[in-house]
Amino acid sequence: MAYSAAAETHEHHEPQSFVTRYIWSQDHKVIAIQYSLTAISVGLVALVLSGIMRIQLGFPDSGVVDAATYYQFMTMHGMIMVVYLLTALFLGGFGNYLIPLMLGARDMVFPYVNMLSYWFYLLSVIVLLASFFVPGGPTGAGWTLYPPQAITPGTPGADWGIITMLVSLAIFIVAATMGGLNYVTTVLQCRCPGMTLMRMPLSIWGIFIASIMALLAFPALFVAAVMLIMDNTLGTSFFMPAVIAMGQQLDHEGGSPLLFQHLFWFFGHPEVYIVALPAFGLVSDLISTHARKNIFGYHMMVWAIVAIGVLSFFVWAHHMYVSGMNLSFGYFFAISTLVIAVPTAIKVYNWILTLWRGDIHLTVPMLFAVGFIITFVVGGLTGLFLGNVVVDIPLADTYFVVAHFHMVMGVAPILVVFGAIYHWFPKLTGRMMNERLGQLHFWITFLGTYAIYFPMHYLGVLGMPRRYYAYEDYAFIPQSAHDLNTFITVVALAVAISQVLFLVNLVWSAFHGKPSGDNPWNAASLEWQTPDTPPKHGNWGASVPVVHRWPYDYNVPGAPRDFIPQTDPRPETGEPHGGPGPQEGKA
Amino acid sequence: MSFWAQHAPGRGTIEPAWGNRQPWQGPVDRSRVALRGLLLLLVPLTSMFGLVVSAYFMRRHMGDWQAVPLPWQLWLSSALLLASSVAFERARRITAPARLAELQANLAAAGLLALGFLATQVWSWQALAGQGYALAGSAGGSFFYLMSGLHALHLVCGMVAWLKVRTAARVGTELATVQLYVRLCAIYWHFLLAVWLVLFATLLSG
Repeated sequence: MAYSAAAETHEHHEPQSFVTRYIWSQDHKVIAIQYSLTAISVGLVALVLSGIMRIQLGFPDSGVVDAATYYQFMTMHGMIMVVYLLTALFLGGFGNYLIPLMLGARDMVFPYVNMLSYWFYLLSVIVLLASFFVPGGPTGAGWTLYPPQAITPGTPGADWGIITMLVSLAIFIVAATMGGLNYVTTVLQCRCPGMTLMRMPLSIWGIFIASIMALLAFPALFVAAVMLIMDNTLGTSFFMPAVIAMGQQLDHEGGSPLLFQHLFWFFGHPEVYIVALPAFGLVSDLISTHARKNIFGYHMMVWAIVAIGVLSFFVWAHHMYVSGMNLSFGYFFAISTLVIAVPTAIKVYNWILTLWRGDIHLTVPMLFAVGFIITFVVGGLTGLFLGNVVVDIPLADTYFVVAHFHMVMGVAPILVVFGAIYHWFPKLTGRMMNERLGQLHFWITFLGTYAIYFPMHYLGVLGMPRRYYAYEDYAFIPQSAHDLNTFITVVALAVAISQVLFLVNLVWSAFHGKPSGDNPWNAASLEWQTPDTPPKHGNWGASVPVVHRWPYDYNVPGAPRDFIPQTDPRPETGEPHGGPGPQEGKA
Repeated sequence: MSFWAQHAPGRGTIEPAWGNRQPWQGPVDRSRVALRGLLLLLVPLTSMFGLVVSAYFMRRHMGDWQAVPLPWQLWLSSALLLASSVAFERARRITAPARLAELQANLAAAGLLALGFLATQVWSWQALAGQGYALAGSAGGSFFYLMSGLHALHLVCGMVAWLKVRTAARVGTELATVQLYVRLCAIYWHFLLAVWLVLFATLLSG
């Protein structure tokens, strides 16, 4: 396939000034760090919002927020976590950093577009956060922004907040599209000699397929946002039916709120996998490296990623079982939802089989990886419940759903984020993160999240509705449920505060951590074989590397060490499998 | 195909063989990368316009649908956009350095025709609004403005690229570079023409 001369030929003279090197930077590594720090910062805002909401739920008498503010915080928390933290961090952060390094490229194929992508992303974050300061505050429509209530008077932020939210999303989509074009083109065009598609680390496969999905799915949100802005500001009726709000007949008629739901979830469900697939990929590499064993069933893993990517475009309406759509549709979407569990289960089995009889090193990244597998299984199993129409209908809009999606979409990817940061931090900085602090961080986070979300399943089965600001005077909610809510709040605050451990570790280790050397984990994949750590501008010194094997050669009998780097030439004799192509030496 | 990890006697598990036999095809040049990038950009755009069209059909099947009478100006604008695309195609086919002036002429014609298209679209919006079909009036009208507006917006972005090509062709940039720019622009133009024809046909159908 293709290795691009583009990486070699276009100018790689190193930027000299501080501004061109660290601010208006076109270097994928700097852009990755910019993306990550911005995403983590905005994620901390969302974490604080969730803490405030939990105080309200656990201690309703505290009066910390009123109902309107609660909805605004809920909306912002959801949107920030899903889009501005996870999507940006996995694609913009890890994608940017790892794609060129893992594929032996000098940079992304379009460095300038890459830079623009980050600045558009930052702009979208600024517009989003600005909504806290506009008249009426941010929108409180829920992260799904369903019309009619999103733009109906009486919903918090219905005049300005919703507009800043939609404009911010539109800008984010432009940023994500520019990023996605770069990631996909780089993967297809800029691999070093010997790096066939089927030799790419699974991290890259996950990010690659997720980027393609983002290119297909985000336009749906864009269209929905544009049409909703038009309904709000120009008086059209794409989504707005005839509504009487606050005793007034609104100027809309004939629009279809269901149309918005279809568009939103045509984006929304692939979005789940846009976050999950990079997480799947990264965790595969963590497990293989720290279990010192090749990934079990590499091809199966690749095809499972592709299959999940394709199937995820045919399940969106399982978010709409209770919206009054045709029952036959529900049947179709229930089937497709259950079918998607097959490739997902294949991945879980393969992770477990990779661990099986591996030389497991319980390093901090490995702890997070194993924590991910467990959490993902738990969250995925409740997904099977909710995927069935008949089970979903009583559970819809209860805390069961909250528990499900926080387990599978919140905690699981965040565990991967943490594991991946602990794993790749030495490459970014040349220093190790503190092991003790990392272990403490892991156990508090892992056990804490279970203490938070496990009880929520019971609350959901009890019928406790989600999205409520207070639960006083509901006869069917016993005192024990209130006590459980208080317990959840206390744990949630403890877990939230414990994240300071991680931040302290991150900052302290960047300057004072133990020097790591080039390859502290003895990993075989290409990014650990750079001539410098952290890699310099252009990544590879005088010439790009040549790859001779897949990234999972661990514990090969007869090899001098328990891993063989991808750049190691194969032994001369007895090699049955295709090495790099005949022309590779001419690089 | 080996789905499972393969075992070799004495070597334990080894890399599966399937999929690793493609030889490296050598360095790929910049123009190919740019072309891939552009073609990839057409994916989200196709997705976006496709979703608008699906939304249109979903809305049309609801009971209270009223079609809008399409203004005759749309036929004129379609012809102008077609002509603009043809001019770009003619510019793209010029390879001889001696015919640079001809290339520039075609390029200029393509740009002017595209501007004409945009002006005619605005004219058609005015005509429709003049007949009492305001943006917020009926669902059919709203969709017409949305579809033609989104399309026009993308052509406006194309005009920025056109300005860059035109400047490159004037200031004596290397011919190969100019040709690459023209080629990329032409593809984008053909794509927008195709999108417009689909949107127009959709609107015409009811």
